[in-house]
Amino acid sequence: MAQAAAVAKPPAPPRRRRASATPRKLPYLLIAPAALLMLGFIAYPVLSVFYYSLQDYNPTKPWRNGYAGFDNFVHAFTEDPLFWDTLVFSAQWVVVEVGLQLLFGLALALIVNQTFVGRGLGRALVFSPWAVSGVLTSAIWVLLYNSQTGITRYLADMGIGSYGTSWLSDPSTVFPAAIVADLWRGVPFFAILILADLQSVSKDLYEAAEVDGASRLKQFWHITLPHLKDAIILSTLLRAVWEFNNVDLLYTLTGGGPAGETTTLPLYIANTSVDAHNFGYASALTTVAFVILLFCSTVYLRLSKFGGEDK
Amino acid sequence: MSTLKEVGAVAPAARRPAPEPQRPAKKGRAWDEAPRWQIYLPLGIYLLFTLIPFYWILLFALRPAGSTSLVPWPMTFDHFEKVWTDRSFGTYFQNSVLVGVATLVMTTLIALAGGYALARFNFKIKRAFMLGLLCSQFVPGALLLVPLFEIFAELQLINSLGSVILAETVFQLPLSMILISNFIKNVPYSLEEAAWVDGCNRMTAFRIVVLPLLRPGLIAVGSFAFVHSWNHFLFALMFLNNQDRQTIPVGLNTLMSADSVDLGALAAGGIIAAVPVIVVFAFIQKWLITGFSAGAVKG
Repeated sequence: MAQAAAVAKPPAPPRRRRASATPRKLPYLLIAPAALLMLGFIAYPVLSVFYYSLQDYNPTKPWRNGYAGFDNFVHAFTEDPLFWDTLVFSAQWVVVEVGLQLLFGLALALIVNQTFVGRGLGRALVFSPWAVSGVLTSAIWVLLYNSQTGITRYLADMGIGSYGTSWLSDPSTVFPAAIVADLWRGVPFFAILILADLQSVSKDLYEAAEVDGASRLKQFWHITLPHLKDAIILSTLLRAVWEFNNVDLLYTLTGGGPAGETTTLPLYIANTSVDAHNFGYASALTTVAFVILLFCSTVYLRLSKFGGEDK
Repeated sequence: MSTLKEVGAVAPAARRPAPEPQRPAKKGRAWDEAPRWQIYLPLGIYLLFTLIPFYWILLFALRPAGSTSLVPWPMTFDHFEKVWTDRSFGTYFQNSVLVGVATLVMTTLIALAGGYALARFNFKIKRAFMLGLLCSQFVPGALLLVPLFEIFAELQLINSLGSVILAETVFQLPLSMILISNFIKNVPYSLEEAAWVDGCNRMTAFRIVVLPLLRPGLIAVGSFAFVHSWNHFLFALMFLNNQDRQTIPVGLNTLMSADSVDLGALAAGGIIAAVPVIVVFAFIQKWLITGFSAGAVKG
């Protein structure tokens, strides 16, 4: 075989040149559609957000439009308590969601990675909420949390809690209620990614560990977890960004209420631009959100020494 | 007689331990040694958490309005009829299918071309392009609604499904392209070169040699694009005003934000929204894990 390959190789170069007759232009042609779309619909909007952030821009109050310098930013940081509230809530939301999703997702992945009867069905059922949309998740949990016919009514029938409680409209219960609803959909994401990564752990390592008499907990700590490290870092980061940015669920489940209790910064921005038409201020808030995301991501990747051990 | 019965009774019992000898053979995987209850108990509890909400929405969709029974009996399909015709979910469904399929096709084709370039060529702006792809992951579509709206208004695409398809495709592209380029990298270049030697041009070689091997990856990426655009809500809400242009998630939101929510209709609408996604999911579930582990983000 090796000989045949060696014999076959010499005539290859001229052919190869012909096969890729346009080697210079081809890669550019191939990425052109993607590059153009992304320049037009991501890069340009981002730049225009930066531009608007320095402007007073409100289509309903055109007489005030014009260059505003850093007024929008100054207003956000010094005069707008809502901005700080939403920022704090965003941080809470992201940390609690991502932390719990990782914890349950990891546990779930380890469980369904075992060999047991009914594994295929178990996996399919456990992963299924992954495919459910934010709006549908809201719809489902609105039905569950409904004060008249929701789960609380049946719990009250059994003597747990009281009739007529609506977890979504009570400021003291709305946070855990929304967290649980989003967990329901978010845990499978981690479970799927971690399960995929678990497939590539070398079985020899476990065998060796077993020969050395390592307990299962030790095997998990010294073999599984280090192997999963990069996948966990990357998926938590992507998920954190996603949880921060995604407004579907909170927009439809709580609408940011009651009393602004569950408004994240992006939800606040959406309200500012869509309802209040204050595009300039919304753009400034968006810029702040970008900077925060970029800063936190960089710090996170540095601190976690992502991919560091390979190099 | 009795001996025969005994034999019959013994046979299944004898069959049962048969799998046992396999276990020592597999012993190498220490994780397999977990006691069964440590698997079934937590899995069962988690399954309850997963399935009760699904059951709840089925219950509301199938039992008559006003019923408080915990089993959907007597069963009725009134809610579905009402939602499908009176609340125009039939139209929304068509629109959502159109958006989903168009996004799937566009995303897969464009990401395939770009992914091939990233996997097989070194070119000047490659690093910059990759950096752009990664950075775009941090750009939330929700925060670009206003400038996007202005662009689509300029392009006369407001109120046209084209705007939603474009927006969904654009935000689906970066990750899809990275995934596909990793899948392509896993296909040895020498296979393609061998095809060239046999007289194929680059395109034919790609089609015959590489494309079949990309199947799990393409299924994963394509179904991602479909499910995402099917589920996504904000673009459709912003860019489509006419009721006959809207998509299922917008329809659901309308049902939810009504003054007095019709719970039966909401549940039926939710099930209509879930069915295609669950069908896709059941179909791709197996590919998803292999697709992910092959294209694992670290490549």
